[in-house]
Amino acid sequence: MTRRIVIDPVTRIEGHAKISVFLDDCGSVADAWFHVAEYRGFEKFCEGRPLAEMAGITARVCGICPVSHLLASVKAADRILAVSIPPAAVKLRRLLNLAQIVQSHALSFFHLSAPDLLLGFDSDPTKRNIFGLASADPETARGGIRLRQFGQEIIEALGGQKIHPAWVAPGGVRGPLSPERRSYLQSRLPEALDTVQRALGLMKGLLDRYPEEAASFGNFPSLFLGLVGPDGVWEHYDGLLRVTDSTGKIVADGLDPARYQEFLGEAVESWSYLKSPYYQPLGYPDGIYRVGPLARLNICSRLDTPLADRELSEYRQRVGGVAVSSFYYHYARLIEILTSLERIGRLLDDPDVLSLRYRARAGINQLEGVGCSEAPRGTLFHHYLVNEDGLIQKVNLLIATGQNNLAMNRTVAQIARHWIRGPDIPEGVFNRIEAGIRAFDPCLSCSTHALGQMPLVIELRNRHGELLTTLRRKAGT
Amino acid sequence: MAVRTLTINDKLVSSPEGATILQAARENGIDIPTLCQLDGLSTVGACRLCLVEVGPAGRLQAACVTQVAEEMVVRTETPKLREYRRMIIELLLTERNHVCSVCVANHHCELQDLAVKLGVDHVRFEYLHPHLPVDVSHELFGIDHNRCILCTRCVRICDEIEGVHTWDVSGRGTNARIISDLNQPWGDSPTCTSCGKCVQACPTGAVFRQGSTVAEMEKDRQRLRFLLTAREKREWLV
Repeated sequence: MTRRIVIDPVTRIEGHAKISVFLDDCGSVADAWFHVAEYRGFEKFCEGRPLAEMAGITARVCGICPVSHLLASVKAADRILAVSIPPAAVKLRRLLNLAQIVQSHALSFFHLSAPDLLLGFDSDPTKRNIFGLASADPETARGGIRLRQFGQEIIEALGGQKIHPAWVAPGGVRGPLSPERRSYLQSRLPEALDTVQRALGLMKGLLDRYPEEAASFGNFPSLFLGLVGPDGVWEHYDGLLRVTDSTGKIVADGLDPARYQEFLGEAVESWSYLKSPYYQPLGYPDGIYRVGPLARLNICSRLDTPLADRELSEYRQRVGGVAVSSFYYHYARLIEILTSLERIGRLLDDPDVLSLRYRARAGINQLEGVGCSEAPRGTLFHHYLVNEDGLIQKVNLLIATGQNNLAMNRTVAQIARHWIRGPDIPEGVFNRIEAGIRAFDPCLSCSTHALGQMPLVIELRNRHGELLTTLRRKAGT
Repeated sequence: MAVRTLTINDKLVSSPEGATILQAARENGIDIPTLCQLDGLSTVGACRLCLVEVGPAGRLQAACVTQVAEEMVVRTETPKLREYRRMIIELLLTERNHVCSVCVANHHCELQDLAVKLGVDHVRFEYLHPHLPVDVSHELFGIDHNRCILCTRCVRICDEIEGVHTWDVSGRGTNARIISDLNQPWGDSPTCTSCGKCVQACPTGAVFRQGSTVAEMEKDRQRLRFLLTAREKREWLV
């Protein structure tokens, strides 16, 4: 008899989702789906709003990565104003995005995934959270929390507030960094560098501890997509798109993000509100690609900061050149924190961040604009069409998590097939399925949920949808 | 000038004949919330936030349009008044689409300030969610009807201080809208001088400077007082 197992909601991720696992008559996994059951409607209700308000509105897509939306939005608006923004504004925006990568990656690694990695996938679920981590390894937990705080403090120093800073504007930014705040941030940098280097040490030790997870957590060939700078250097704010395959071969390079519709398609599945983008030349679903830390480290030639470049060459040795297992997202994330911190240090030393020439003013000079930047979770596109007065006529948002949708589905199916043996499924296996999703650090509704407040419910159903048994995990795990 | 003596909140105060209860209260340091009232403009008593209780029966009167009288007894803070004022703000919020977090006037909005002051932590009435346009056809300014509370400050300042009467009100009830000239796009207005007084007079983010991002639209209402003093007294106090 066919059985369906539902994990709803998936815990310790940003937002709400559920997983269905289908068992065939023999009790082995037939298929698995990752559903996003939320509908937001941003693309619709932005219609009719003035262009200048779009950054503020679309930032509300997400409370973890509002900065990504702010940047993609104002970059689309820069195109519509047809301005080249002042160099100081570029540097300040870069500083903001790096801070966001640090805080978001720190949240993903230390708060959400470190409990699995450091305490063990099969450890007591009531202690497998940031609080359990804090009692088992207080230094790591505290360092992680402080690291995220550092990223948030940079965002606050620039934008006035940690979440949804309305500071980035079409044409530039709304103000410079003050010298006092710059000095303070510079003083906080060494501790942050220590924390991430220590975490990298821990991560390398874990690779030997979890060979089976590394082999089964989304370990499959796919394309990788992201922005790169000149000479293929790691990039997060500007640059052109590069696509590589799982052997490291460059499939496409120098793609203009503004023309994304020519090479990226979007498929819609009836069982999820998340669209499934794919690389058009290979078709759907063969054009499956991954974005985010794993992809960015796979596509770049180097990181261009000394400490992180050393880590990158070691990383490439350890993962075998190109990282194809999604388990390595965590490792890649830590290396990205390191390069971001080094780059933050460089930018804080740059006198331009105190410059008073930070905003270009212009009217509506083009009716269409695409903005693209690297969000912590991957490449983000904002595409706007406006009328002659600058009122939004059409919006398309291509979100990083959406681009990983196909890969997340395949990951869930792979983990389920590897770990599920018949209808009696231990808790640690369910946790592994969730952890496979967590590796991507998906941001589904872009809203935080109270950690550990949501109970996990697993339903076993037959092919007619009749409930056979219900497994329930207590809240707080 | 004759003086009238009255009681406001058990305090004996005196005020010139012809003054309103609102003026008498403010001269004596008693705060009464207002939205449609703006110093220097005619009063219309539209928003009803300045309702006070007058006489032993506690008759409800708008303080901005009610003149003081001898031995008048006024109460400005009673549970009933607080409840009505709160209800007025809630109804204003339900009538249009006020989304503070993404509004250009966030943190610089009189409606928002009053909602906070009067303890509007939730709205008990159903939102109308009307479908309203934004007019950004003007080169410098824009008007977003979603944020308009129909206080008519823009209408009055344009008529009474700038003297061109570009703005007016069309329609009735919930269909009432601020219009420019003969209900044409602001950018096509043959009368507008682009002086920007309506932008400064608007208590919310309904009238704003083009290109304003979230919370960027600060209003400088002192400019209006400066203009009036300059015009009436020939004094340019900066």
